[in-house]
Amino acid sequence: MLSKAQETDAARQALARLLPLAEEAARRLGRRAVLMEVCGTHTMAIARSGIKSLLAGSLDLRSGPGCPVCVTEQRDIDKIIAMAGQPGVVIATFGDMLRVPGTKTSLEVERARGARVEIFYSPMEAVEFAARHPQKEVVFLGVGFETTTPALALSIAAAKSRGLTNYSVFSVHKLVPPVMRALLSDPDLNIDGLLLPGHVCTITGRKAFDFVSAEYRAPAVVAGFEPVDILEAIYALLKQITAGQARTLNGYARLVREEGNRKAKEIMAEIFEPTGAAWRGFGEIAQSGLTIRKSYADYDAAVRFPVEVPEALPPKGCACGEVLKGKITADKCKLFGRVCTPSSPVGPCMVSLEGACAAYYQYERHEV
Amino acid sequence: MANRDKDDLILLAHGDGGLLTHQLLQVYFLRYFNNELLAQMTDAAVFQVEAGQMAISTDSFVVNPIFFPGGDIGKLAVCGTVNDLAVSGAQPLYLTASFIIEEGFSLGSMEKIVASIAQTCREADVRIIAGDTKVVGRGQTDKVFITTTGVGYLLPGVNLGYQRLEPGDKVLVNGCLGNHGLSILLQRESLGLESQVVSDCAPLNGMIKKILSRFPGVKFMRDLTRGGLATNAKEIALSARVDFWLNETALPVEEGVRGITNLLGLDPLYLANEGKFLMVVAAAEADALLKYLQEELSAAESAIIGELRSGEGNVFMKTALGGTRRLDMMAGTPLPRIC
Repeated sequence: MLSKAQETDAARQALARLLPLAEEAARRLGRRAVLMEVCGTHTMAIARSGIKSLLAGSLDLRSGPGCPVCVTEQRDIDKIIAMAGQPGVVIATFGDMLRVPGTKTSLEVERARGARVEIFYSPMEAVEFAARHPQKEVVFLGVGFETTTPALALSIAAAKSRGLTNYSVFSVHKLVPPVMRALLSDPDLNIDGLLLPGHVCTITGRKAFDFVSAEYRAPAVVAGFEPVDILEAIYALLKQITAGQARTLNGYARLVREEGNRKAKEIMAEIFEPTGAAWRGFGEIAQSGLTIRKSYADYDAAVRFPVEVPEALPPKGCACGEVLKGKITADKCKLFGRVCTPSSPVGPCMVSLEGACAAYYQYERHEV
Repeated sequence: MANRDKDDLILLAHGDGGLLTHQLLQVYFLRYFNNELLAQMTDAAVFQVEAGQMAISTDSFVVNPIFFPGGDIGKLAVCGTVNDLAVSGAQPLYLTASFIIEEGFSLGSMEKIVASIAQTCREADVRIIAGDTKVVGRGQTDKVFITTTGVGYLLPGVNLGYQRLEPGDKVLVNGCLGNHGLSILLQRESLGLESQVVSDCAPLNGMIKKILSRFPGVKFMRDLTRGGLATNAKEIALSARVDFWLNETALPVEEGVRGITNLLGLDPLYLANEGKFLMVVAAAEADALLKYLQEELSAAESAIIGELRSGEGNVFMKTALGGTRRLDMMAGTPLPRIC
């Protein structure tokens, strides 16, 4: 492992190599190259480390649909909130979901009104919690991509083997490859290269994203999360762009394998099956979500607590969809920074720490 | 006697002004807070003041859990108010302490908290000279809430304020950031993380008095509680109409705190501290002040973290990579991220 100082040195060197290449790509394209980081953790790391500010002159970095909170449909959020209102139900969640606004209210507000919401770092902790509180119904919010799904699958397997009858999962899990297809099929898309989500790829494997370059002719690099990882991946993308190539490369080989994590994929397939899912900003995408298999229906909160909520329209003016497709930067949304701020978010992109709008608001606004 | 049996509970009758209230006062408060002003047991404590300016500050403490690594609600209730006075340039003298206790709270825990308050008062050289106790029904409060008010006198010759801040001044902190907020978060949320993160909760008045008597170039101080360094720096920047320029590589953060905050997607710059101050000092005195903090005051992790430049109220951070990042006020409670 490198020390912090060695890592910073390596990142500085990568930056020095990268800048002339970015200039070359800009000359070639007649404009700054547009790169999309698909993953929200990348968005955050790029803003925090100052990479965005360092590259702004020569590269246009955009955020993609890789923040799970941001792509959760308003209707699903409304369902979660309705579930929180059922007697005896304890909503178990990762922190980000708390403040996401539904049509009328949020979990944070419902908690103030008396709903019980517990924050867990690991779904296994929620299983323990359910075992300790047999009189409560623990509903874990399964919001996330391939990265978090195996942990939810394991929690269901654990609840089953322990004979718990008061633990279930509300699955709005989503899969990254199908949304990438939807994104890349958009004729208006103007992206010169993609930073692929390193954490997701540790599960899926690099090969799962070969189609990006093979079918859509887009250069792509699997990227890690340290500044040096991100800069090296951008460098590898620019190399491809300037050479006119399109390949799906692995820039995170210390964790990402060709085939991914077999065990994780097996447990996911045991508990979940692909289904159509609605994505905020994208609409319905076939085979892009994961639902709990019938054989595990006892652990499916959607079966155990069927809640009906009316069709929900996204808030008027909210351009989350355009932002998530990389078509506009967050500040071009009419609501941004005026109606929609981190303290009173209109869309989920402003709530999540990793949301494109929140990151932009936090790190890139120029006015005081 | 009741205090020997740690399983004994606070009853509503402990707050009704009768015999049990009297026992609570005698056995806990008077015994631990023992001083002649409190012992008079009058409706108001009466004390002499010196000529000059006085300072007063009040704060309520509702921390959950009430016991945490590095402290407890009692220690916090003393440190919080003492530090508010200290960073204002005042030497705290006396505190009042008011308790709202939930029916059924353990007397053993109550005694631990009272003992901790007494111990922290000795460390901070302050006395509790007035107090109050109320007991409310189960569920009407959470275990125990404490309000402390502190009075002190302004240290002679000290002149602190936004108006003194100017471009070129240096910004210091007296140690590692984020410990208190993270230690509480790790206790409170069921995160399932074993951790050695200890709250930095400590009275700062002794340290600050020594600094102020030696360094007239100290222009402003703020204790970095809720909102952490980033939010507090932003508030100061807006009030003083200057820009802060901080250096990421200079910010002291413990390795353990850095690791866990990375994992959870939190930023130590937004986490609360309870024993840390930000100090703005004239550039000419900055190095000497840093040396004094590190060598004479045992604050080895103290650091010069940046400087002021002319501006309109921004806080900028130079990242390790050489980029720039803007820091804004915290929005909402810091929570673990989703993936």
